[in-house]
Amino acid sequence: MSAIPFPAPPLDSDEVLALRTEFRAFLDKHLGHRTPRQRSDNWYGFDRQFSLEMGKAGYLGMTWSKQYGGHERSAYERYVVVEESLAWGAPVGAHWIADRQSGPSIIKFGTDEQKETLLPRIAAGELAFGIGMSEPDSGSDLAATRTKAVRDGDVYRVTGTKVWTSFAHEADYVILFCRTSGTPADRHNGTSQLLVDLKNTPGLTIRPIIDLAGQHHFNEMHFEDAIVPAKNLLGREGDGWNQVMSELAFERSGPERFLSSIELMYQLIEVLKGREDDAAMATIGRLTAQLAVLRRLSRSVAAMLQNHQDAGLQASIVKDVGAVWEQTLPDFARQLVDAEPDPRTAAAYAGVLANIVHNAPSWSLRGGTREILRGIIARGLGTR
Amino acid sequence: MLAEMIQRLFERSLDDAAQAQARGGQWLDALWAEVEEMGLPLALLGEDQGGFGLSAAEQGEALMLLGKLAVPLPVAETMGANRLLAKAGLPLADGAAGLARADHLTVENGILKGRVERVAWGEHLSCLALAVGDTLYRVPRSGWSLAEAGSAVNFHPRPALEIAWEIDAQAPLPHCPLAEGATLRAHQIAGALEAALDMTLRHTATRVQFGKPLQKNQVVQHELAKLAGELACATAAAGLAAEALERSDVLGVAAGSLRAREAAGNGAGIATQMHGAIGFTREHALHLYTTSLWTWRDEFGGQVFWARLLGKAAVDAGGDGYWPMVTQL
Repeated sequence: MSAIPFPAPPLDSDEVLALRTEFRAFLDKHLGHRTPRQRSDNWYGFDRQFSLEMGKAGYLGMTWSKQYGGHERSAYERYVVVEESLAWGAPVGAHWIADRQSGPSIIKFGTDEQKETLLPRIAAGELAFGIGMSEPDSGSDLAATRTKAVRDGDVYRVTGTKVWTSFAHEADYVILFCRTSGTPADRHNGTSQLLVDLKNTPGLTIRPIIDLAGQHHFNEMHFEDAIVPAKNLLGREGDGWNQVMSELAFERSGPERFLSSIELMYQLIEVLKGREDDAAMATIGRLTAQLAVLRRLSRSVAAMLQNHQDAGLQASIVKDVGAVWEQTLPDFARQLVDAEPDPRTAAAYAGVLANIVHNAPSWSLRGGTREILRGIIARGLGTR
Repeated sequence: MLAEMIQRLFERSLDDAAQAQARGGQWLDALWAEVEEMGLPLALLGEDQGGFGLSAAEQGEALMLLGKLAVPLPVAETMGANRLLAKAGLPLADGAAGLARADHLTVENGILKGRVERVAWGEHLSCLALAVGDTLYRVPRSGWSLAEAGSAVNFHPRPALEIAWEIDAQAPLPHCPLAEGATLRAHQIAGALEAALDMTLRHTATRVQFGKPLQKNQVVQHELAKLAGELACATAAAGLAAEALERSDVLGVAAGSLRAREAAGNGAGIATQMHGAIGFTREHALHLYTTSLWTWRDEFGGQVFWARLLGKAAVDAGGDGYWPMVTQL
């Protein structure tokens, strides 16, 4: 028995169908004006106003307790909202990370004060979070982290550099993974997580890292004897590794792992409309079948999370297979339609294609490289 | 429980010699008798119809198991034919049965005539659930002769049948036999891939080269991860197809069937490569699975047939209608 089991996802209940319809109307109302090129930014679009609307309508912190501003809905209902957001290319950047992983980490490990002050504001769409994990010398090898936080009375003094922090220049907080004792040679031991206020931390400088598309999403955060209040410790000092693994499990479980390039599929279909091209139809058919099955696997993961089952392996499979789908889509499109991608054009197809060509390489790097994920899956199969 | 019974039956009664006989085109009469004795032909029917009243999950498990055990008899086809015949209100099969669609057949003076291509084990079936247009016929064995021999990639017989039959059992078609067959094959493919993954894990754990088991190499581990991914996709695809068949949604069947067909090729390729040369021989059981995967992925409407059907629907839905269509598959 070596197969990694994916339980059949539940059939959509009337409540789920109603939520889907209601949320589609919400998206249409607030985002109906967006161009294909804008929609193709998918989850790396950032729009504070939209996130506030999401919060107001009750679509953030959906599964959290009402005590913390949540709505006590099911993980599966949250899944519907997330996948519809992505399918619409909604600019989710200002609430995405907080709703997906920072909030759940705070619920799991935070103090009462942290929960009371941060969670209601996340659920309202007011607080944007970033991820403070990678460093110049520790990417996939997270345990080699060097950023150091030294306790000094009622503060930590933090020194070190974090990279690839999406929206650090816009966001309000990051959860910083750092070393509170020992050296990188101690690996998993002696690490902790701190809540860092990006707008209000003396000694922290944030510098842009411009990606190959010329866009500013990534940042470098440089901490030089930066002061972080000791009460901002998340969870227990020294427990950072277990906590960060739990955070990564939230990060890897969603449908964003195959919907990043979905706008290109829509535009490709528009271009193919009216063509009598059997080979093109067959290609669209195969891609659609792959997508439908990825969706089913992803819904299985959502159902497992709903039942409080560990879905780490399953999520790694969805992310691995899903990244191949979203990443190879431009190549399939190029086999069917001749068009020179143009990042500055107003033309829908060529503009979307350019945006996808620019960004697709990152999708098998973010949130765990393809190689790391395959290693995790292989370990799950019992090979090491 | 049914799964355990199936497992026990074939582990007991299906050995290498029997597999070799089937590969030679020989019908395994004694084994088929055991299949009937267990009641497997009616397994997909409700209890009121003499079946087992299985849940969707149990049905899927049983069908996958037929693939996982490389059963060289048309057990799945017979189960599916009976499900279709029951839905149409026609008498059930009184032995092994086949599924086919042949729209070019003609009816003259109450006689159904024409050739049906590549029917699995056609010589040995008791009846055929045959769709022509919107009609389902239950053609008994006396209604056809063998027109031409044919063989699948796994060497099981796929003869062409010449139908000449005075119609005495017909009904409006409840759903297409190709959709039924494609759904069965999706499950068998998933089952065979599970067997292939098991074998590949075992082989790469025990085969030592350069002083260590193959699977201690990262490059091998990554191929195993990909194979596990193909298995996950095939299993999900089979479930998707089964649910779609239940609500007579041909596009959902297309989606599930297509992804399973694709997984068959991808998975068989990885498993063979990871076994090295021994996987390319009849000395290792892997070939039972790979040759069946290469058989099943092209049956009951080929990949192109289903891909065009689904692709055409997707393009007709248009850019705005595409996602809503996907969420209904």
